[in-house]
Amino acid sequence: MIDNLSKSITKSQIWKSIFRVGIPTDNRKRALAMLGNVVLHLHPIKVKKSGIRMSYTWCMGGTAFFLFLLETITGLLLMFYYRPTVEYAFVDIVDLREAAAFGIMRELHRWGAHAMVIAVWLHMFRVFMTGSYKPPREFNWNVGVILLVLTLLLSFTGYLLPWDQLAIWAITVGSNMARATPLLGNEGPGAAFLTLGGQKLIHVGSDARFALIGGRTIGGATLIRFYVLHCVGIPLVAAFLMAVHFWRVRKDGGISGPM
Amino acid sequence: MADEPEGSPSPEPNVPAGPQASTTPPAAAKPAAPVAPAARPAVARPAAPAAGDMSRRGFFSWAAVAWVGFTVAIGGCVTAMGRFMFPNVLFEPPTSFKVGRPADFASGVVDTRFVDKYGVWVVNDGGRIFSLIAICTHLGCPPAWLDTQNKFKCPCHGSGYYKSGVNFEGPTPRPLERARISVSPDDGQIVIDKALKYQYELGQWEDPNSFIPA
Repeated sequence: MIDNLSKSITKSQIWKSIFRVGIPTDNRKRALAMLGNVVLHLHPIKVKKSGIRMSYTWCMGGTAFFLFLLETITGLLLMFYYRPTVEYAFVDIVDLREAAAFGIMRELHRWGAHAMVIAVWLHMFRVFMTGSYKPPREFNWNVGVILLVLTLLLSFTGYLLPWDQLAIWAITVGSNMARATPLLGNEGPGAAFLTLGGQKLIHVGSDARFALIGGRTIGGATLIRFYVLHCVGIPLVAAFLMAVHFWRVRKDGGISGPM
Repeated sequence: MADEPEGSPSPEPNVPAGPQASTTPPAAAKPAAPVAPAARPAVARPAAPAAGDMSRRGFFSWAAVAWVGFTVAIGGCVTAMGRFMFPNVLFEPPTSFKVGRPADFASGVVDTRFVDKYGVWVVNDGGRIFSLIAICTHLGCPPAWLDTQNKFKCPCHGSGYYKSGVNFEGPTPRPLERARISVSPDDGQIVIDKALKYQYELGQWEDPNSFIPA
């Protein structure tokens, strides 16, 4: 009877429309099962034995990606409670610890962020030490460098959101560096040459820092700007580049190892 | 296109021809419009190169126009989006404000009443009343006036300044900045304008607008 039931299920149109290949009984069918499934095809069909040697890869790239997923999920949950305004930001952060269920979602997000930065650094260190940045993987190394910068920018923008003294002054100090941007910062080299009829084009109310923080000093405009960048802008770009990164890993000869 | 004869006969889409001849000549010999309806039945034959009205040169001309238009449109959009990130209205405190009469500031005292609201100290050093901007010249943190130690001290990296604003310890490279200060002719109150700054290392502290005689 069970046999009949399972047969009627696996022969049904619904089942067949989802699982096109059927029970994979040989290597070809196994490969087809991977290729025909949107989730499974994200993983390579074949993995080299050297590619799963932890002592070689440290699994730091995978760890960084796992932490990105963790940050995405915990961050999404935090967004249900956190309001990015001068009035509410700090008290909402306190509430996330004192009043929200478990009180650890924000801690998970915070520690996950620290761990992600460390994982990305270790991943790059390993890739460098094993020479895995060399041709034909040099393009992917550069994608990875951009992803490192995006990881740091995610940390930087997230730093402001608790809206406590540490956050405000850390972002004050950090964003003051943008004053020194060549040409685009009001104290940067070359900015003094950008004048029109004696009027400075690049001044404290028109330079790169002004656009970054939405004003002359860190304030409510900065908070909402960093919030949007932290929750939407940078993650979107990072997710796209991660797709490129993982795709190129496979196209460039698989997870690190001798070509 | 160079080897195409000038004024070649109008296209005959029904006649299979080589790749050169299949292109119609440019605009001059372009009575193609009446030809086109006649050619319609030929559409049934997929082998015939349906050149339509457009020559190769015409196609690339329009493609160039389209690309230029596309680039301009995208450039305009990017410019507009960039401009959008620069706010037109700021919800920041005014840079110019009144703090009271000169007689309210006792000699030798650093007045900290206006730091939280306006971000300046008003100092009477005995000879002059001047206004120090409460932004550390190292990296922009807010120093604090420590009365017992008789100095300004920045909590971020430990820069220290004398009562005059001149730096003496920590990583800061230069003294605090002073704001423009004057006495209002209307009501005799001190007016401070933070938008105009006076730097010691540029010799600007001797500017008469940077202090008022005590």
